[in-house]
Amino acid sequence: MTRVRDAVEGVWGFFVGDDWVTAAGVVVALAVTGLVSDDSSAWVVLPLAVGFLLALSIWREARRHRAAEEQSGRLTTMSGP
Amino acid sequence: MSGQALGLAISVFLACAVEAVEALTIVLAVGTTRSWRSTLIGVAVALLVLAATTALIGPGLTSLPIDTLRLIVGGLLLVFGLQWLRKAILRGAGLRALHDEEKTFREETAAARAAGASREGFDGYSFTIAFKGVLLEGLEVVFIVLTFGANQHRVGLAAAAAAAAVLLVVAAGILVRAPLDKVPENAMKFGVGVMLTSFGIFWGAEGAGAEWPGGDAALLVVIPAVLIFSLGLVRLLRPLVADRAVEA
Repeated sequence: MTRVRDAVEGVWGFFVGDDWVTAAGVVVALAVTGLVSDDSSAWVVLPLAVGFLLALSIWREARRHRAAEEQSGRLTTMSGP
Repeated sequence: MSGQALGLAISVFLACAVEAVEALTIVLAVGTTRSWRSTLIGVAVALLVLAATTALIGPGLTSLPIDTLRLIVGGLLLVFGLQWLRKAILRGAGLRALHDEEKTFREETAAARAAGASREGFDGYSFTIAFKGVLLEGLEVVFIVLTFGANQHRVGLAAAAAAAAVLLVVAAGILVRAPLDKVPENAMKFGVGVMLTSFGIFWGAEGAGAEWPGGDAALLVVIPAVLIFSLGLVRLLRPLVADRAVEA
């Protein structure tokens, strides 16, 4: 059972990585492109979506990083002289 | 060679070189510390598994209808490309530590020593670590080779670019006899991320039924656009890190 779970986690980590929002966003963006593909400007959807997803992912990571730094700063202050 | 074929060769070569550098560090650490024989058997078995995976998935992919293939390939390249690009941007901006081959080598060497004395004959530890290291680093390259190659019906060219990268890294490793810590890994990862993401956007949109203005020439706009956007994100993030360094 543990091996099956490890395998599933491995496949998930390989394809999705540590940011499932981006992976899900790519699938949604491709689906939306397919839905509007009759329109001559359907090609715009994917570049815009990818730009948004990349910026969102970076922003979330930067925010997480900042929160972790603030937390460690607060702990240092509390235990400091 | 067409522009798309050149893009394929460069992307696969860079991706494979980066992964090969990382695998080489693990192989060198365990080989020099414990048993070269068992380490090399681990490497050989991993390469056989990777070759079998390629042989198993390759024909299935190439037999798909072109639009389905482009949709799947575009989606996979986007998912992989955005992972590479995201990490490279965060490292470029200083929000994540750069991959340090020298440090990885020291850690792997210490772990190999801590695992106890190596056995006479076959050493299971050396085999397992080398096998896992090469397999995990190689698996992503196999997918990149297959997706890029199958979509352009140039699996041979993609495989040749991958083989050239591995041979170059192995030759450098034999010459230097140390981890290749001078290789600009993050710049290479940044380049791979830009190429995978750009081709992913292009083929993904085509596979979903959209038509690019200018056809294949649109790639000449997409690639620089992704590059400039990504560099812009690095530039935007850097002051944040610098401000905090000053505050500290």
